[in-house]
Amino acid sequence: MRQPGEFYQRDREWHPPAKTPDYKTSVTRSPEYSLLSLQQSASEITGPTFGHNDIDPIDNDMIHNYAQPGEAAIGERIIVHGRVLDENGRPVPNTLVEAWQANAGGRYRHKKDTYLAPIDPNFGGCGRVLTDQDGYYFFRTVKPGAYPWRNWVNNWRPAHIHLSIFGTSFSQRLITQCYFEGDPLIAKCPIVNTIPDQAARGQLVAALDMNATIPLDTMAYKFDIVLRGRRSTLFENRLEGN
Amino acid sequence: MVQKLDYLKETPSQTAGPYVHIGLAPGAAGFEIYDKELGWDIAGPNAKGERIRVEGIVIDGIGSPIKDVMLEAWQANADGNYAHSEHSGAVEEGFRGWGRVITDFETGEWGFETVKPGPVMGRNGKMMAPHINLWIVARGINIGLNTRVYFEDEAEANAADPVINLIEWERRRATLIAKRGERDGQIVYRFDIKIQGEDETVFFDI
Repeated sequence: MRQPGEFYQRDREWHPPAKTPDYKTSVTRSPEYSLLSLQQSASEITGPTFGHNDIDPIDNDMIHNYAQPGEAAIGERIIVHGRVLDENGRPVPNTLVEAWQANAGGRYRHKKDTYLAPIDPNFGGCGRVLTDQDGYYFFRTVKPGAYPWRNWVNNWRPAHIHLSIFGTSFSQRLITQCYFEGDPLIAKCPIVNTIPDQAARGQLVAALDMNATIPLDTMAYKFDIVLRGRRSTLFENRLEGN
Repeated sequence: MVQKLDYLKETPSQTAGPYVHIGLAPGAAGFEIYDKELGWDIAGPNAKGERIRVEGIVIDGIGSPIKDVMLEAWQANADGNYAHSEHSGAVEEGFRGWGRVITDFETGEWGFETVKPGPVMGRNGKMMAPHINLWIVARGINIGLNTRVYFEDEAEANAADPVINLIEWERRRATLIAKRGERDGQIVYRFDIKIQGEDETVFFDI
């Protein structure tokens, strides 16, 4: 009898390590001791669930969800779409995907952001959506601009959208960043380069998707997200109970 | 030649950055966009059990509070049941078991109100002491850090807890135990998290 069991071990050599000195803030914000590996219990294989009552249908439209009536955000109109899958290639339905980003000029609507590029009065930079039965999601937004940050004196983040994904268990919880095909800043970014493997870095670059582009309206980028896969328990190996 | 293992690879993590609040707590970033921000109410009004507050600061490797952290909590109800389809027991209506808090920009203090969870059945029929699972992200943290909050007044259950007992260095176990106190008639558990250095909090690869 096949029953869902534990999630596959996270490949910590694929993810960035905690301490990555070229990304300076990590130096004092990284544990020195090794992580303690756990065999999963109910605390790890369960996680929060969300429903359509939790969000509004317009929440995934960042062009309009903070705009005045009749207005729209300024910038390159894009759709970011894709599927949330697990490592077995199975869709992850009904899972919450949250996004945040700077505006077209690289300025965040955040009281701590003092970059001199102006705020767009019709852009919040905040979106969220639930995947459908096939694990599919999409956002409508404007392409964010690059922006400078204080790391080395002349560091610029490539255009990116921050993404937060839940999956079905707390062990799948993930925050990452989506970059855009062809951006020359990607290769120069110390945050991107916290990821040691080139193929892993490539997994964060959304592809220009002309097939999903709406002619005379909106360009599209495809960004699939992969969460940890799950073992089938083929033999008796109960996580809980007796 | 052998057959290919055609598993996909997990999407690599990236730091949540300094402006995580925009996406996950926009009210704190200074603007209202959603009718309903998620994660403010963990237990709901109907949950039984002791009402508690859990609070603390997150401290970096040079002893300074980190003021741009987001923490998420995941916990069982007072009966030890998670609000999840794979957990057989029931939870009260409105009990989500999940919460999201951010640190104060000036002080670095965070805190959330909830109910004290009950013990949860662990692996191989071994009961786990009451605990709250925490996930911590911030600028400078490349991949979210997992830890657990246990409770000082559950000394007997803590001593038998299978996860605490995995920590070979007994001195480090204390970093997971929240201190119980009282303020204005409310039960408050203090749980400071030390990311790096002396008395570094135990973090898990779950």
